[in-house]
Amino acid sequence: MGTLTIGCFPGVVGNMTYDFALKLAEAAVDKGHKVNLWFSGNATSSIKANQKHLKDYPTAEIYLKALLEKGVEICTCEACSLSRGIKKPEGIEGVQWNAMHWYLAKIHGSDRVLQIGGE
Amino acid sequence: MGDVKLAYIVQKAQYKSESSRLAITHAIAYQTVEVLLDDGDNVIPTLCFVGEGVLGIQKGQNTMDVYGVTSTETHMKNTLLVDLEVLVCKEDLDKYGIPEDAMPNADEMGADKTIQVVPFSEIQKAMEESKHILFF
Repeated sequence: MGTLTIGCFPGVVGNMTYDFALKLAEAAVDKGHKVNLWFSGNATSSIKANQKHLKDYPTAEIYLKALLEKGVEICTCEACSLSRGIKKPEGIEGVQWNAMHWYLAKIHGSDRVLQIGGE
Repeated sequence: MGDVKLAYIVQKAQYKSESSRLAITHAIAYQTVEVLLDDGDNVIPTLCFVGEGVLGIQKGQNTMDVYGVTSTETHMKNTLLVDLEVLVCKEDLDKYGIPEDAMPNADEMGADKTIQVVPFSEIQKAMEESKHILFF
């Protein structure tokens, strides 16, 4: 089995690429691969805890928690998160906070990398 | 595992697109990645600008005064200061009428590196030599 690292940059609202990134991560981990998920840019706004899952509005928390339970490593860009007013204690438990070098280090050890650019 | 080469391909204009800016900062982050890697391991990024990505990297930007944020020009100078390989597609500069001497340098800051304006074939070569390609 291989290691896949996904860089996810788009926001959770306004497009389906964020959803695609999470579903791809789930599919890969379900097949037994090691998956790393890096959030940068608008994607970092999705790591805030206590999201209300409205049936007619995109949300992320329940899916991120499910990925964490399956062993996916998820890390958010600290600078991007802070610039959006999200503080670490407000984040989803289990999501790591780090700088961009976390992403590069995961890339170094990966068999495949998928960079999903954002807005 | 040793060095892993990465090609960052910036194809969006820097204004009104955060991801193009993030390409530059993520490339610069190679400077500190060693703290998370084993001895002898490193990542070697090449930062490439193609298509609309060549727009907005010219010198003479004044975003700090106008918008209160650092300019892409400043970031470009930082890439040179940390010895990043920066390639800009000549064909795309020509397409948009941007002269080569509009590219910024960081001579006054003591950088040895300069932005290289190259034919697309050189950027293609950088992609072929890289283990991973990241499109921004």
